[in-house]
Amino acid sequence: MSDPPSGRPPRPARVAVRAPATVLRARTPVAAAREIDEQTTLGDVFVRSLVRAQLRLALFVCAGLAVLLGGLPLLLALVPALTTTRLAGVPLPWLLLGGAAYPVLVLGGWLYVRQAERNERDFTELVERP
Amino acid sequence: MTLPWAAVAVVVVLTAAVGAAGLRWSRTTSDFYVASRSVSPWWNASAIGGEYLSAASFLGVAGLVMAYGADMLWFPVGYTAGYLVLLVLVAAPLRRSGAYTLPDFAEARLGSTAVRRAASLLVVLIGWLYLVPQLVGAGLTLRTMTGAPSWVGPVLVAAVVLVTVVTGGMRSITFTQAMQYWLKLTAIGVPVVFLVLAWQADGAPSAATSSVPVFRERTVVTVSEPTRVLVTVPVAPMASGTVDGLDVDGPVALTAGEHRFTSGTRLTFAAGDAVPHLVGLEAATGLSWSQPLSGAGGRQHPLYGTWSIVLATFLGTMGLPHVLVRFYTNPDGRAARRTTLLVLGLLGAFYLLPTAYGALARLYSPELLLTGRTDAAVLLLPSRLVGGTTGQVLGAVLTAGAFAAFLSTSSGLTVSVAGVLNQDLARGGVRGFRLAAVAALGVPLALSGLAARLSVADVVGLAFAVAASTFCPLLVLGIWWRGLTDAGALAGLVVGGTLSTAAVLTTLSGHGPSGWPGTLLAQPAAWAVPATFAVMVAVSLLTPGRVAKDVSRTMVRLHTPEQVVLDRGPWQPRGRRQD
Repeated sequence: MSDPPSGRPPRPARVAVRAPATVLRARTPVAAAREIDEQTTLGDVFVRSLVRAQLRLALFVCAGLAVLLGGLPLLLALVPALTTTRLAGVPLPWLLLGGAAYPVLVLGGWLYVRQAERNERDFTELVERP
Repeated sequence: MTLPWAAVAVVVVLTAAVGAAGLRWSRTTSDFYVASRSVSPWWNASAIGGEYLSAASFLGVAGLVMAYGADMLWFPVGYTAGYLVLLVLVAAPLRRSGAYTLPDFAEARLGSTAVRRAASLLVVLIGWLYLVPQLVGAGLTLRTMTGAPSWVGPVLVAAVVLVTVVTGGMRSITFTQAMQYWLKLTAIGVPVVFLVLAWQADGAPSAATSSVPVFRERTVVTVSEPTRVLVTVPVAPMASGTVDGLDVDGPVALTAGEHRFTSGTRLTFAAGDAVPHLVGLEAATGLSWSQPLSGAGGRQHPLYGTWSIVLATFLGTMGLPHVLVRFYTNPDGRAARRTTLLVLGLLGAFYLLPTAYGALARLYSPELLLTGRTDAAVLLLPSRLVGGTTGQVLGAVLTAGAFAAFLSTSSGLTVSVAGVLNQDLARGGVRGFRLAAVAALGVPLALSGLAARLSVADVVGLAFAVAASTFCPLLVLGIWWRGLTDAGALAGLVVGGTLSTAAVLTTLSGHGPSGWPGTLLAQPAAWAVPATFAVMVAVSLLTPGRVAKDVSRTMVRLHTPEQVVLDRGPWQPRGRRQD
């Protein structure tokens, strides 16, 4: 299959590089997996539910981003007093954009990864259930 | 003047050495992609950060902050947030698609050669647009630090990149790029400590004052090209050269209004003199500069401009040709996600720093507002604020970091552009790749001469806008919507590509309209992105019969975790098929 060639040529040869194995045929597919492989209605439902869960999660994060960061310019435009507010001598917008935004982005990413992996675990358990 | 050259030499040699070492290492393993699977998310994330942090990040952001103030903080935030959007919408599915380039993805998902061709053209276009400011930045850096002519930097970077790329250094590019990230972080992080200490020793003056920028000390400015400035507060510098068409050698009264200096004119300002600003860059008081949405520096319609920057950077990152390639070195979709999360952290750490340079430059190198070379702010600050040998060493360190930025981003872009030129638009083969690499670098090298007056971060911003208006809709709809058809994708790429490119070219030509039309053309993302989405969806809905037949299988491939045993279809990216 698409495993890379394992034999080592005596001197470095030009090797056609290929995608890592994405299809493993070692194990026999279980029932739900066969439904997906044969593209039955049931199999389609499994896949669609996973895609929908992941899309919902992604859109949730994007919406949060749009409200928090996309809404900030609007908030500053509507409440001009915020643009001159200072915390410890630094104008508030500089603190928010120059510093606080970054940990928020990392936190958002971390929460997303946790939930996305959870969704995949649910799917795996569903499909690999004997 | 030898110190900056030494710094450049060190970066070039280090890049070559790590590349060669990595090359040997990857040759001893049976296959490069076996190696790729043992590359940890940490290495991968460093490599992505190394390739991503370009001239725009290292020099451009500080220059924009210095000139235009608080609104420009959206650029680094957007460059980082773009990876969050990429993480949630495309990272894992894209890795699972097995696509190595954006045209690969288009073909895998839609099975259409026409869409693949259109995507290839756009990769080349975006790549060139992104390469130009890297080369311009190199020219500016060498000119500022060594006095070398402006063409030396671009030619040097193009030559080094060409040699690295055609000798096969790209096989070990992960290690080279990972090293470049840490080099850049150190190069911008260490000097800032000295700068802040010096600023505190100076009494920690604030840039947010009620006056326009003034020279803090007696400052000699030599203009290196014909310059038109606007004086708002009259000043009387000593001048030698030609001012307003008259030869002068002595004090000259610059009244409020426009004045012209010829190339080579020397102006000596006294401490406390208000800085005349280059025409086009409006003088702003420190207070308006420090406030968002104030339009400081003459950026019109700041709320629209801010949103358009947000949209372009948030959505454009996923469509940059050199970003996607790096995801292939992740072993699977899950690792792709974890890598992206680390990238968010690494970029956040870096982007805390350019802002400080921008604010300090407004205080300590305000003459850049006269010459318009605000992109040099980062490089000049150590000599202004620290001075002496320490200042020179720190300047050399920053030069090294800047070169790391030019080299890493340029080589990533060149590999991507050359690969596409060779594979999709020419005949292929190793010799073809070398020719393609020459073309990939030659065109932006020629253009860099024309674009020397443009702000590095602004040109990069336009590249983001084109990427956001074309590849973002293709990726997002392709990954999440089964109904996307080849006709819809093609129509969207044509419309989005044409609209955004036309806007970019008009802006770059410098002959754009004024007022609202000018603002819309200078920041096209806010209207071009929705237009592309609308066209792709509408045309796809009108051509339901053209939905790819294997779309269900593709969805399984894109979204299911790799450890589940499933049939994911036979598709392999073009360069990797054994034919």
